[in-house]
Amino acid sequence: MQPDLWSLYTMMFQSRLVEEEVARLWREGKISGEMHLGIGEEGIVAGVVSHLREGDALALDHRGTSPLVMRGVGLPSLFYELLGDARGLCRGRGGHMHLLWKEKLAASSGIVGASGPSAVGFAMAGRRLRPRTIAVAFFGEGAMNQGMMMESLNLAAVWKLPVLFVCKDSKWAITTESTTVTAGRLTDRAQSFGMPAFEVDGSDVETVWNVAGQAIDRARLGKGPAFLYAHCVRPEGHFLGDPLLRMARHPIREMKTYAGPLLKSLSAKQGGSFKDRITSIVSVGSSIAKTVKGELTGAGDPVEHLRKKLSSEKHRLDSIESEVRDSLSSVLAALDSGPDSGEVQAG
Amino acid sequence: MRTMTFAEAIESALSEAMEKDERIIIVGEDVELIRMNLLAKFGQDRVLNTPISEAAFVGAAVSAAMGGLRPVVEVMLVDFIGVAMDAVMNHAAKTEAFSGGTWKVPLVLRASCGGGYGDGGQHEQTLWGWLSHIPGLTVVVPSTPADAGGLMLSALAHDGPVVFLEHKLLADYWLDYMGTGGRATVRFNVPSAGARGPVPDTWDPLPIGKARLCREGDDLTMVSVGVGVHRCLEAASALDERGMSSTVVDLRTVAPLDREAVRESVAKTGKLLVVDEDYETFGLSGELAAILSEDGVSFRFRRVCTQETVPYARDLEDKTLPNVDRILSAVAGLVEE
Repeated sequence: MQPDLWSLYTMMFQSRLVEEEVARLWREGKISGEMHLGIGEEGIVAGVVSHLREGDALALDHRGTSPLVMRGVGLPSLFYELLGDARGLCRGRGGHMHLLWKEKLAASSGIVGASGPSAVGFAMAGRRLRPRTIAVAFFGEGAMNQGMMMESLNLAAVWKLPVLFVCKDSKWAITTESTTVTAGRLTDRAQSFGMPAFEVDGSDVETVWNVAGQAIDRARLGKGPAFLYAHCVRPEGHFLGDPLLRMARHPIREMKTYAGPLLKSLSAKQGGSFKDRITSIVSVGSSIAKTVKGELTGAGDPVEHLRKKLSSEKHRLDSIESEVRDSLSSVLAALDSGPDSGEVQAG
Repeated sequence: MRTMTFAEAIESALSEAMEKDERIIIVGEDVELIRMNLLAKFGQDRVLNTPISEAAFVGAAVSAAMGGLRPVVEVMLVDFIGVAMDAVMNHAAKTEAFSGGTWKVPLVLRASCGGGYGDGGQHEQTLWGWLSHIPGLTVVVPSTPADAGGLMLSALAHDGPVVFLEHKLLADYWLDYMGTGGRATVRFNVPSAGARGPVPDTWDPLPIGKARLCREGDDLTMVSVGVGVHRCLEAASALDERGMSSTVVDLRTVAPLDREAVRESVAKTGKLLVVDEDYETFGLSGELAAILSEDGVSFRFRRVCTQETVPYARDLEDKTLPNVDRILSAVAGLVEE
């Protein structure tokens, strides 16, 4: 089987544009709270979600917007939800971390690691009620240090459940560099439960599609779970307004807040040795420096990656992009902030 | 009328429901042993033994319920819910609300609870107040075989998550498992009317959130759940001999509370004594006082609850858990005031 690269590109491009609009609405203050985007993860999400069929389930983390868009959620219903409007997917009561779409068995959670048990349960129900369906869990590498995620790998393996565990490694667990808090290799961990583990470059949707397809086919045949370990770059950091990124982008402005208390701590009479204090500060500085490096190189953008591959057919590419852009514009234009004017389709 | 033990009643109602609804499955630790009869009747596809891994299997049961099954997930002792609390409080309890009412979680979380057999404070808690604190959870605590069977049926039929707590002094197999261990050398203060009693010839679901008036009297109202109900009834008999007549209300459900039943009785007697095996602070007893105050009822108030971590030594444990002596002295305070 060969992937339909045009269709994958359309999914990824649409998701990117939707999330850029979400970021705009957040910056304008129209979306409240935190905002965790999936920008940078589109290659992984598209490579997996494009394999899903009716009755398959999606256990999502706090970056559920992109998978829902690719699963075909009604965009007005999604935007209304993020805007806290009663016409939203969850009537404005869920928000971006708790997007719940029953029709497609897609459930998000704001608790890191919770998508592990969730996928196991969907797979249990699927096995009894919807034979040959599967459940996918999306989570970051930070979730691999949660007990419930390790327990879920065990449960899925011991019950031979049709689950695809998709670990999206952005190298950062919130603002902590994951390698500094994670022992061993994550693929080794998964393999130690007796399930196959595949490591892929998440910016290459074609590879993700091929590997995910094999793992999903295997699961549909009752051969048990698999672990897909995909690397990605997340240019917006953990969430919009990520403090590390802010310090990296606007060091002088941000240091105004931090400098005073920090100098006080460094020069306080009581506390650790001067050497320890300097080492600690250098460690924070190094995290900021690494963030800058990761951002400036801009490498690993899955949308750009596939765009390059398809660039020989520039006309077709342009026409897909303008079609997606136009349709999104008309969705946004039709959103109104007035009182409810009726039901909005979820899908 | 048939007669059953508390444990038999639950199993009988559950078994009948499982016959009728293939979506009901049982998931939990040691269920192949503890639910051996159901395993023999329904097989391993419907009675699933889990590893000691509550965070994963309670979490999985939540989404299995969201995916169309009606799981009864067991954590053995309610004390063990700690490691799975995220699944209970952040997922089971919140899915319906977060989804704007579009996605429900028909889950029964079954656990034994309570003390009185010398196992210490990590295995003898009741925690119903703590669980009831969270919006979205229904918490039922039966005190008789008839209520246990009827409430199990209603828990299974309920569209949201229900915590079903069975007290170890009432459920004989739990007491044997945790306390007796096959010895003839230990004795526990088991309320006989709670451990064995009449049940209806055919099971009907009991309404959730409806209290039972166990007896009526004019001088004071005692409100309790679980084993505490039987302690109240014993105290009420002792008070009868002293010429005081008391009402005893068995809440049967902690969340939602039967506000009307309590209000109606306390409005008549003007005196409320809450007997709660759960912790005293920030719990059921304070909640009852609060809602009666909100409703403008004028009443005197006393409570007999657990005030500290349940100690291991049997004599200390006896003093820590609500008992008839503590109830009678609290009544004396209530009347003398």
